Amino acid sequence: MDAASDAALVARCLANEQGAWDALVDRYARYVYAIAARVYRLEPSDAEDVFQDVFARVFERLETLRDADALRPWIAQTTRRCAVDTLRRSGRETVVDALPDGPDEGLAELDEAMTVHAALGGLPPDCREILDRFFTRDESYRTIGTELDLPAGTIASRIARCLARLRDVLQPDAVSRAGKKADRPRVG
Amino acid sequence: MRGRKPTARASGEKVKKTPMTTPEERIAELLRALPAPPQGWLEAAKELPTARRELDTIVERIERDERFRELVRADLEEALRAEGVEPTPAVVALLRRRLDA
Repeated sequence: MDAASDAALVARCLANEQGAWDALVDRYARYVYAIAARVYRLEPSDAEDVFQDVFARVFERLETLRDADALRPWIAQTTRRCAVDTLRRSGRETVVDALPDGPDEGLAELDEAMTVHAALGGLPPDCREILDRFFTRDESYRTIGTELDLPAGTIASRIARCLARLRDVLQPDAVSRAGKKADRPRVG
Repeated sequence: MRGRKPTARASGEKVKKTPMTTPEERIAELLRALPAPPQGWLEAAKELPTARRELDTIVERIERDERFRELVRADLEEALRAEGVEPTPAVVALLRRRLDA
């Protein structure tokens, strides 16, 4: 998910290339959703309105984006604006001030999360799927075992193995430090 | 460090609130930070290119047909249905944006 690939995606969208818009939505749907639902803590119906409004704005104004490398900050800013407008309309503006980490810290965390999510693309499909199901779709061991036809007793070890592979994709030199505490990865 | 608010180290590295985590735990935390939105939301957003083509016709009609314009003002979703367009949240958001422009 580097800036260059965002610029290429914007160019493909502006050329009305088949599938380009779908790819943009797939790439940024989780980001927009997380800003609305996690950073600004909107109710589900408000989060859905913000989600649709953001993509409508992006779709309509994509050609006005001066720097195609700035797609992510532009989408973040658009989502923030829509979320704040929604809170303002519902008289819940004070919610923003009450957020424990504040919107800026929440967005920084999501930017880091986008880097991790993009790194999933460097894993084999089976690892990608099991991590996605467990961590982002919140599926249980039992559901994952049934869906992927795996013994439930092996799920935890597979997840651990896939997480270690993802760590290596993000930070190859982390292998030697695996197991050390108080040492968080620099994934950004 | 006791009593000091953790902000940033001199190196610029952020001080995390839960320092006693392994890299894998931190990665898991970051994966959880981006949950998947409902599938229907994605599908609706992906409809926008198709919706824009349909809306071009509707916007044209709004501009030339006063009666239809009133109908849209009174009930935008019903006006869309009358034109055979499903008023999904994405379509409604797009039309509102175009009418506000």
